Amino acid sequence: MTQQEALYKFALRLGDNALIRSYRLSEWCSNAPILEEDLALTNFALDMIGRAQSLLGYAGEIEGKGRTADDLAYKRNEQLFVNVLMAELPNNDFAYTIARELFLSVYEYYYFTDLAKCDDPTLAAIATKTLKEVKYHMAHSTDWTLRLGDGTEESHARMQDAVNKLWSYAGEFFEADVVDVMLTNALNTPDTPRLLKNWEDHTAAVLKEATLRTPSVPFIQHGGRNGVHTEYMGHILSEMQFLSHAYPDASW
Amino acid sequence: MELQEHTSVAADMLRHFEEKIERGDAIEPKDRMPDGYRKHLIRQISQHAHSEVIGMQPEGNWVTRAPSLRAKQILLAKIQDEGGHGLYLYSAAETLGISRAEMIEQLHAGKAKYSNIFNYPALNWADIGAIGWLVDGAAIVNQVSLQRTSYGPYSRAMVRICKEESFHQRQGYEIMAKMMKGSAEQRDMAQDAMNRWWWPALMMFGPHDSDSPHTGDAFKWKIKRQSNDELRAKFIDKTVQQAEVIGLTIPDKDLKWNEARGHYDHGAINWDEFYRVINGNGPCNQQRMDHHKRVHAEGAWVREAAEAYRIKKEKKLHLS
Ligand SMILES: [Fe+2]
Ligand SMILES: [Fe+2]
Ligand SMILES: [Fe+2]
Repeated sequence: MTQQEALYKFALRLGDNALIRSYRLSEWCSNAPILEEDLALTNFALDMIGRAQSLLGYAGEIEGKGRTADDLAYKRNEQLFVNVLMAELPNNDFAYTIARELFLSVYEYYYFTDLAKCDDPTLAAIATKTLKEVKYHMAHSTDWTLRLGDGTEESHARMQDAVNKLWSYAGEFFEADVVDVMLTNALNTPDTPRLLKNWEDHTAAVLKEATLRTPSVPFIQHGGRNGVHTEYMGHILSEMQFLSHAYPDASW
Repeated sequence: MELQEHTSVAADMLRHFEEKIERGDAIEPKDRMPDGYRKHLIRQISQHAHSEVIGMQPEGNWVTRAPSLRAKQILLAKIQDEGGHGLYLYSAAETLGISRAEMIEQLHAGKAKYSNIFNYPALNWADIGAIGWLVDGAAIVNQVSLQRTSYGPYSRAMVRICKEESFHQRQGYEIMAKMMKGSAEQRDMAQDAMNRWWWPALMMFGPHDSDSPHTGDAFKWKIKRQSNDELRAKFIDKTVQQAEVIGLTIPDKDLKWNEARGHYDHGAINWDEFYRVINGNGPCNQQRMDHHKRVHAEGAWVREAAEAYRIKKEKKLHLS
């Protein structure tokens, strides 16, 4: 694998994380428990569409075959998407969404802090901008974890259930394959296995304050980063890519 | 004696209020105002707020299927603006002594209405263009006029909202223009959306002036500054040209320029349909209300948790 190939895959993974998660967040549009949350969650979706545009655009540039961010988003098959599984999991209820957002945003807080210091100027710039947004996302999901965990009996139970069910998907964030290792060495991109401890400590502290238990289940779920997805993914793509499949030559 | 005093205070208040209206001064929340004025405004502002919120549904129906990243961004941002409009308007209504929870209750009980236009379905991607261009376009005509409405918080909300609405209108038009420049299938979709949204958009201005029941007080109090038919004519005049530029046909064979009036004449509006939809029998009335009620009910545990948590934190603060 050349460094160019690694960089393409690297940008694609980050772009897909943002794209697919923005899809899930955007599903809250006109469906949130209060209007303020409708606006907050769709606002985060907007942040992530912007991030996906930058990263997929950069991936297309590196690839050098003239593919745009839209081409990569709308004209790629499922097995070529390389987001982490957590991003594609359904919203279920509000607690589930908040747990997913907490796990991802805490991870991204550490991740983008490091990526902002890498030697690829484009990635560093995107990371710096993203980090500002991630701080909001993390504050939001932390606040709600506290409210739901330490709110009513029902909200506590729902939040605990969500945390338990999502936990096993978090391990994938900290995997490093040949792509990651090559770029960590060449461009000083984040050494993801080393972020696990930060993530565990940070998350455990939030859960504790929220009167929630930290699960002890193993990190068994992974595959998205290599194109092996959950059953949910196909449905996301069939909906997201519907118009570009039905009218392949149209521009919108 | 007591009664007389009371009446004279009330008469003073009314005179003072009417003088303010006469001078064109804004009425502010702390000012005394007749009950009828307050009720009229609560009805109108809450209806407007509910419209912004219910209107998120037909557009939300296309969020996950938006055909490009930019299209999705524009659509999501627009819907978010509409939700924001709902928030300002709920706040404006709250200055009149009603809570958002009460307004939502009234909506669910069928006592408060929302704009009829959102009882029509968004069926293809061009509908997103048509909604922005025609529905927001019609709303702007109405709302520009409401910027001068007599109640301060409402008029200020309108000033803020109008800026965003005109943005929505342009973005909607851009979608239509793009589709009209596209493939034959895209042009068909655009014309189909035009055919379905044109007449409901005209109905947004309400019944003809000759049959409009609320006209009297609303004009006297300067809540409403221009009549339904005047506003409708403004909308038609600006929209016909825009349609021509991009090659869309207005689905009205009687539409023609009337030199003497300086406006377009239009064909007969189907008022039976208008009243049928207002009375709950439009294509999506049931769906929109069911959706709003379901989401509200499903979110109850979240709102309860937030409230319980707030109370716990407050207690802790008092103890420490
Ligand atoms: Fe509006
Ligand atoms: Fe609006
Ligand atoms: Fe609008």
